[in-house]
Amino acid sequence: MALALIIALPFIGAVLPLLLERYGRSACAFGAGVGPLVALIMVLGRWEPVFDGQAEIVTLPWLPELGLNLSLRLDGLGFLFALMILGIGLLVILYARYYLAKTEPMGRFFAYFLMFMGSMLGLVLSENLLLMLMFWELTSLSSFLLIGFWGHQSDARRGARMSLAITGGGGLALLAGILLLGNIVGSFELSDVIAAGGTIRAHALYPVTLILILLGAFTKSAQFPFHFWLPQAMAAPTPVSAFLHSATMVKAGVFLLARLYPALSDSEWWFYLVSLTGLATLLVGAVMALFQHDLKGLLAYSTISHLGLITLLFGLDSPQGAVAGIFHIINHATFKASLFMAAGIIDHETGTRDMRRINGMWRFMPHTAVLAIVASLAMAGVPLLNGFLSKEMFFAETLEQHLLGSFYWAIPVAATIAGVFSVAYSLRFIHDVFFNGDPIDLPKYPPHEPARYMKIPVEILVLICLLVGMLPVYTVAPLLDAAVFASLNGVVPPYSLAIWHGLSLPLYMSLIALGGGILVYSARKWLFRWYDGLPSVDSLHMFERVVSALSAGAAFVSQLLENRSQQRYLTLLLLSTLIPVVVALAPLDSLTGTVALSPLDPFTVAGMAILAVTSILTVIFHRIRLVALMILSGAGLMVALAFARFSAPDLALTQLSVEMVSMILLMLVLFFIPDRTPAESSSLRGTRDLLLAGGMGTLVAILAYAVMTRPYDSIASFFLENSVPGGGGKNVVNVILVDFRGFDTLGEISVLAIAAVGIAAMLKGLRLPHPIFDYMGRPWSRDSHPMILGVLARLLLPMALMVSAFIFLRGHNLPGGGFIAGLITAVALIAQYISLGSAWSEARKPFAYPALAGAGVMTAGLTGLGSWAFGRPFLTSAFGHFHLPVAGDFELATAMLFDLGVYLTVVGATMLMLASLGPLGRGTETAAKEIH
Amino acid sequence: MEAFYAGTLGVMVASGVYLLLRARVFPVVMGLTLISYAVNLFIFSMGRLGTDTVAVVGSSETMGDPLPQALVLTAIVIGFAMTAFTVVLALRSMGEVGTDHVDGQEPRA
Repeated sequence: MALALIIALPFIGAVLPLLLERYGRSACAFGAGVGPLVALIMVLGRWEPVFDGQAEIVTLPWLPELGLNLSLRLDGLGFLFALMILGIGLLVILYARYYLAKTEPMGRFFAYFLMFMGSMLGLVLSENLLLMLMFWELTSLSSFLLIGFWGHQSDARRGARMSLAITGGGGLALLAGILLLGNIVGSFELSDVIAAGGTIRAHALYPVTLILILLGAFTKSAQFPFHFWLPQAMAAPTPVSAFLHSATMVKAGVFLLARLYPALSDSEWWFYLVSLTGLATLLVGAVMALFQHDLKGLLAYSTISHLGLITLLFGLDSPQGAVAGIFHIINHATFKASLFMAAGIIDHETGTRDMRRINGMWRFMPHTAVLAIVASLAMAGVPLLNGFLSKEMFFAETLEQHLLGSFYWAIPVAATIAGVFSVAYSLRFIHDVFFNGDPIDLPKYPPHEPARYMKIPVEILVLICLLVGMLPVYTVAPLLDAAVFASLNGVVPPYSLAIWHGLSLPLYMSLIALGGGILVYSARKWLFRWYDGLPSVDSLHMFERVVSALSAGAAFVSQLLENRSQQRYLTLLLLSTLIPVVVALAPLDSLTGTVALSPLDPFTVAGMAILAVTSILTVIFHRIRLVALMILSGAGLMVALAFARFSAPDLALTQLSVEMVSMILLMLVLFFIPDRTPAESSSLRGTRDLLLAGGMGTLVAILAYAVMTRPYDSIASFFLENSVPGGGGKNVVNVILVDFRGFDTLGEISVLAIAAVGIAAMLKGLRLPHPIFDYMGRPWSRDSHPMILGVLARLLLPMALMVSAFIFLRGHNLPGGGFIAGLITAVALIAQYISLGSAWSEARKPFAYPALAGAGVMTAGLTGLGSWAFGRPFLTSAFGHFHLPVAGDFELATAMLFDLGVYLTVVGATMLMLASLGPLGRGTETAAKEIH
Repeated sequence: MEAFYAGTLGVMVASGVYLLLRARVFPVVMGLTLISYAVNLFIFSMGRLGTDTVAVVGSSETMGDPLPQALVLTAIVIGFAMTAFTVVLALRSMGEVGTDHVDGQEPRA
């Protein structure tokens, strides 16, 4: 688990700088350094097995069903990258201590920085590809925070947004690619994937997989044509650029190429895609770098160019190419990080990054100048420096390949041209900045050497450039060997780190590059003029135009789907249910199944016909609301009859009582809203709705018919057989409700109670004007509580209560039960409200309805809990039989207690809903009278 | 009988959907009510239509499928709660914005 700790250390350490910030900048930087330092020591302590070619792999299952494991791997390649991340990271922390101004939130900066560092470590030490992808996305996110650290500057915000959009988009492609890869291999573990190169290349989906993965790698490593985000990211503080844009973030892409090299390379697809992209990037970057006037812009394009070089090396599809690629990753990281730091020092001391103004710095900061010059020479590939070695290997490799047929010479020629420009822009960095006359109009004058400790990181890096350049065999060789061994899956091709190979073609290419570079640089005045004459391409502007076009497109689509019209939403919703059902039903051979139809009988047919006709009449009369409601209630009664006809007495009783309650509710509501619906549908809308309605109706009819005429297999026999022995009741429907599926019912009565409370809450404080006339202009009757009705209702109440008690008690064995009994009670109570007025009834009610509903849910819940006391699962029921005179043999079960809860909830909730509507118009009556 | 039953369901659903697509709250609620009738009958019919197959042990020779019935029974009650909630929501919104149009504002003329 030490590997997990290595990754976790920077994340944990991210807290320290935040805590130590108040004790000064040095304490803050020190706090930031602790985590990486410990991690670095832990990594270094593992050099022995790694250099022996062993890979340390630890696996912790996370979501093994998805192939996602917390598995980590430390081998040569991971070791090399971890070393670069932690080592250069520590140097950058030291550097940033002096770079950031006193006023800047240093704790926050280091916290972001360490988060990025941890993500990057996770990325290079992951064994599971999905885990790696997670860290990959984390690097995108944390780099967004770092690039946009100076959030008050608009170019920082835009640069951060752009880099997130490009690398995040690439991350999505990579996700798809890795999912495909895992699907092909059958595992997301790197060891399996690397071992399955042959299977992968032979698979039909190989090209797609490769392209998707390469999209991820190329966007991250700023390869042409996705390179444009990197120069924009230069708006970041320079320590960020030194870390992210030299050694880490942009190297993640080429790391991926090195990591998956055994799995994906060795095919024409790989060669053409990778090498040509690398070649284009190499050239574009090198040429563009020369024409940048911004110090960091030059370095950014130079980074692009070097990343192209590394990509090209991997694309050449030869083991030696991969060796050179990995070697150049190391060298580029060292000299580019030191150059970025030097550029930051110059920027810091002069207040500008414009090379047209910064001249003659040699006089002001000779120490920094020496360091920067050595690093630039390494970048140019001058002998005795590390850049020379890998560049020489690169030139040699370009001569080895023969994949472009008779145009094989194009790659070495292009490489030499890129070398020429690379020398030219390195020269510009040296000559234009440190010599070339006097500085022009600097914001800070005179510039001077920076703080002593700010130069130490640069010195260390430049020393590495020199040591590797002069004594490669004694310094970098074992590290390179181990990394190559891991990257090529155990094969180390013969290669030589000698400085002198004799007078060979690669050496001549180097010499041509040097001489050509000097020539190009001396012709720079003409070249700049030529460049200024070119149409300028503002990538940021173009990118923002694409983004705003995209968001305009998205807004257009949203407007189509979401125009704040409920009718539009419903139409779309219904259409999108219609279409899948049509598609699903289409393959059916015949609508009629094998089951014979049951015979028609005239009464049922008449009932069904009435049901259909009342439905249609409701539509026809829907604009005269009261009439439509009356017709609708007719339909509801027919539904109850249908249930009774087809052997479902419980349903018939429920439907009947619910029908009464809901009609009363709707009539109450109708009192407060207009009693006519205006004719406002256009002919087009009416036709469209008719078509849609017809379609839905037809589909439901077809579906119902197709199902009913087919045989089916039901779980009903279980309930029928176990109802008496298991639930102690003969009415299977009721036993299901209160016993077998009691938990469902508990949920349902809770919903009922919640809905009622919600209704009461919505109506609280609402006052709606009392209408004075009906739609015909007739005044409403003032005789609201007729005497006869009142007397009858009061007489009826005890009888109704008795009926509901009877229905409740017999419910377990005969049709009835808590739901029905509750509804009957509610109807009887409502009758009091109607006939005697809500004020009269409210004053006499024995319980508050919310309390009643709550008590019901609680009774049911406690009954369920009660079974725990007997060591049984929730809602287990117990029962026994009793005999009462008159009522007959009935049974007392705990299920009955549960049913009592149902009963109380139904009464409480229903009454709460209806009684809350009563007082709605109260208080406006008097006002209405006065107007009248 | 099944064909007749299915046809009736179709007519109910069509009427309900047409009402559901109206612009005022009250027809929409009536449409919802019609649709829930139809849906309840539909679910009920998944246990097949039987005559004299009451699901009470000992009352008939063959017993129908009690499970759809139990489901529909609670659905009827919950359907009522939903209708009530919808109309009260509409009432409240009428009190707040002064219109019974489903979009909360009168259509632009």
